[in-house]
Amino acid sequence: MPQSADLVKDHTRLFQEPEYQALLARKSEFECGHPAEEVARVAEWTKSWDYREKNFAREAVVINPAKACQPLGAVFAAAGFEKTLSFVHGSQGCVAYYRSHLSRHFKEPTSAVSSSMTEDAAVFGGLANLTEGLANAYALYKPGMIAVSTTCMAEVIGDDLFAFIKQSKDKGAVPQDFDVPFAHTPAFVGSHTTGYDNMIKGVLHHFWEGKQRTAGDSINIISGFDGYSVGNLRELKRMLDLMGVSYTILSDTSDVFDTPTDGHYRMYDGGTTLEATRAALNASATLSLQTACTAKTLPWIAEKGQATRSFNYPLGVGATDEFLMAVSALTGKAIPEALEKERGRLVDAIADSAAYLHGKRFALFGDPDQAIGLTRFLLEVGAEPVHILATNGDKHWAARVGTILADSPYGKGGKAWAGKDLWHLRSLLATEPVDFLIGSSYGKYLERDCKVPLIRVGFPIFDRHHHHRSPVFGYQGGINLLVKILDKILDEADRESIANDGISFDLTR
Amino acid sequence: MNAMTKEDTRTLIADVLEAYPEKSRKKRAKHLSVYEEGKSDCGVKSNIKSIPGVMTVRGCSYAGSKGVVWGPIKDMLHISHGPVGCGQYSWSQRRNYATGTTGVDNFVTMQVTSDFQEKDVVFGGDKKLDKIIDELATLFPLSRGISVQSECPIGLIGDDIEAVSRRKAKEVGKTVVPVRCEGFRGVSQSLGHHIANDTVRDWVLEKAKVDFKDTPYDVAIIGDYNIGGDAWSSRILIEEMGLRVIAQWSGDGSLAEMEKTPKAKLNLLHCYRSMNYISRYMEEKHGIPWLEYNFFGPTQIAASLRKIASHFDDTIKEGAERVIAKYQPMVDAIIAKYRPRLEGKTVMLYVGGLRPRHTVDAYGDIGMQAVGMGYEFAHNDDYQRTTHYLKDGTLIFDDASEYELEKFVQALKPDLVGSGIKEKYVFQKMGVPFRQMHSWDYSGPYHGYDGFAIFARDMDMAVNSPVWSLIKAPWKQG
Ligand code: SF4
Ligand code: SF4
Repeated sequence: MPQSADLVKDHTRLFQEPEYQALLARKSEFECGHPAEEVARVAEWTKSWDYREKNFAREAVVINPAKACQPLGAVFAAAGFEKTLSFVHGSQGCVAYYRSHLSRHFKEPTSAVSSSMTEDAAVFGGLANLTEGLANAYALYKPGMIAVSTTCMAEVIGDDLFAFIKQSKDKGAVPQDFDVPFAHTPAFVGSHTTGYDNMIKGVLHHFWEGKQRTAGDSINIISGFDGYSVGNLRELKRMLDLMGVSYTILSDTSDVFDTPTDGHYRMYDGGTTLEATRAALNASATLSLQTACTAKTLPWIAEKGQATRSFNYPLGVGATDEFLMAVSALTGKAIPEALEKERGRLVDAIADSAAYLHGKRFALFGDPDQAIGLTRFLLEVGAEPVHILATNGDKHWAARVGTILADSPYGKGGKAWAGKDLWHLRSLLATEPVDFLIGSSYGKYLERDCKVPLIRVGFPIFDRHHHHRSPVFGYQGGINLLVKILDKILDEADRESIANDGISFDLTR
Repeated sequence: MNAMTKEDTRTLIADVLEAYPEKSRKKRAKHLSVYEEGKSDCGVKSNIKSIPGVMTVRGCSYAGSKGVVWGPIKDMLHISHGPVGCGQYSWSQRRNYATGTTGVDNFVTMQVTSDFQEKDVVFGGDKKLDKIIDELATLFPLSRGISVQSECPIGLIGDDIEAVSRRKAKEVGKTVVPVRCEGFRGVSQSLGHHIANDTVRDWVLEKAKVDFKDTPYDVAIIGDYNIGGDAWSSRILIEEMGLRVIAQWSGDGSLAEMEKTPKAKLNLLHCYRSMNYISRYMEEKHGIPWLEYNFFGPTQIAASLRKIASHFDDTIKEGAERVIAKYQPMVDAIIAKYRPRLEGKTVMLYVGGLRPRHTVDAYGDIGMQAVGMGYEFAHNDDYQRTTHYLKDGTLIFDDASEYELEKFVQALKPDLVGSGIKEKYVFQKMGVPFRQMHSWDYSGPYHGYDGFAIFARDMDMAVNSPVWSLIKAPWKQG
């Protein structure tokens, strides 16, 4: 008998037992599967150059993409404002998905409501649903603001949020002066980074449009869609506080996705106050930490008279230097000794470990700016980024990566793949192998199929816990990331040396 | 132990309803009730549109078709047809275990999507679908077929996926199934189950030509999705009693198994909600009787094994007794180990359309009692089936909002809540032990005797975790 009370075996062990192995063999008779040799032959073929060419000739189907849809980004962005409830107008299934998706990554509750449109709304439009929904959400969840975005359904039938929200307010769904910013977020345009952009712009538009700007000396920071927002934003605030800068983070999700377990459920926690959001119009400048997440927002802010700067995820030495220097230049505050020391510590760590990083070949995938940040970091530590892929990257992104690679001798063999998916990456890894892969949990299928160790960095991370709590931004984040990469490299070195009769199984490395 | 009287529970419902605007209060009132012993239903309305803005837990038809019914069929490629999101969020989230080589003869953990762009919405996606099917045929030569899982836009832009599917099936020489499971159809996942069942009927069973040597002991497992291996820990018992399982629907299932099913002598239906439709069809068309069984916990497993055996001769009846006897010592040891730790504890359940009623007796086997239960998308016939398992005074909630769930848990103070990922962290923050009862919280299997051991271990691990004693800062206690 495979199971016992002394040692309860779950799925990880149970099905290895002989009784179950025999069961699976019996079952296969009814499946009419292909002969094992045929499966093995085709499996080998999927790793060939011939297959790679066919795979890259694809024009229509997308397989295992590393991107999500717009409203997810909008829900994430809205969560970073004080007591803000996301209201996604359209069919309800999507909203269940965004909530699950964010909860699986952060291991936190995610709140968002839907207008639950069904077939009749497809015919008559969703105004009645929006009105009723706003009234219900307002009554039940007592939000300080409701941020409205849209699913495909509402977009395809052409519902007009501006008009609908106005009419809903006229019908008394929520008070006239209650804040209801909105953004149209069609999922068939762009990705979750686009949705983030649209929602941030929607919120700022709501608070800023038609208001008189009185230039002050504070700065705004928009950090972009980020699975590390909890750790990163706290790190960012720490650095800015050390500099003595006055700042507003526009969409601060660091608390709402990191609430305590103390017997009390907080549906809302922290976030950028509506007051600060309103006042942010008066900032001297707005800095975007992820260019792709503010493609529309930043030019619009520039039109309001603010200086703007955008970055590609301030990670590692050079990118953090640039960010801090820009902050310093914009605010007139010097970069303090304390931060300079931190910088030195990161450089120290890289120097200590450089020998293990040097010349290691990497593939990486992720959101466009994070992929750029990681590429730069790999080049800084003497590793070689080879395949760099962003499903939601465009040709400008690919050109930017190309320039970065061209600037370093370690970037020679590297190439940026914009708009490609992880099935493409599988072909790249099979035909031009690398030593390590960096990416989200989706990369685990590549790790298995191409036998390339995966270092989990990005979004979503579903199958490892709590990494989002540690920053990857800044010098401190650089050290965290370095440790993560090194641990994998050295674990692999040990594993290989054990397989190699213990030769090179060194105690000190 | 929960000390609420029926009157208290009624007051609780009234208090919770108080928060709603009037129109919604009236609607929600029909979905909340207190079970009265002896009644033939639970006193709630069901399978009705969710109210906008209340944070329903429900999903959509696409989730019911792609996520539940079709997705687990391992040797077919399931195209999430439309924009990228729906397929991305449901990618590998249902833990339908399946053997085979991913990307070669097993496609369960792949996200295949037409990734609609604006031009596809404007000009239609049929040409793209045509091309996708060709590309899939080239890249995955060992696949047995393709299903087209429609997302919201498809039904709104007037695409003719049926015509494309018919044509391409001929061209590529494989089964191609168009499924109209757009998320705006129906009120929950439930219509998606139904639509998916109908497409199996029309595009698989009615077209299949099978040459298969049947035996008098052939049965099919219907409505088991092999979450964490559930169908395997069920199959092992059915085989041990002497029956031959010719098909699994749809966990670890294959197209060939579906096609053979009309040769079964009896269809064994586990998830009634999601697959009663196809079972009824096979009954009408092929004269195959079907029987509902419940493989959660030893009480229900033994009853189910005997019920199944009653359809066969004495060898099978003896087989059932032999199986029950064989596992009894293990079951006794599990109960001896865990029951004392869980005796008298209460649980509140809020899951899909089947599991609350199906797991109540399994909780009973380890000494726990349900004080509240509800379904996301059950129908009236599910609530009728539920009465059999209920204790007088149980709180019943249909399509509950997150607001209601939170208030109910605060009032009932259950020792455990069983629901989904969206609920998990809400209750854990409140200090209430929780188990996800869709994905088995990444554990499982829970079906069968082997699964019961894991179920008991997991419930104990949740309820009696030392973490719950750390919730309050010591300087705040007392
Ligand atoms: S792609 Fe469209 S239908 Fe799918 S989850 Fe995103 S918004 Fe919803
Ligand atoms: S068991 Fe429940 S959750 Fe699963 S498919 Fe059936 S009704 Fe849905």
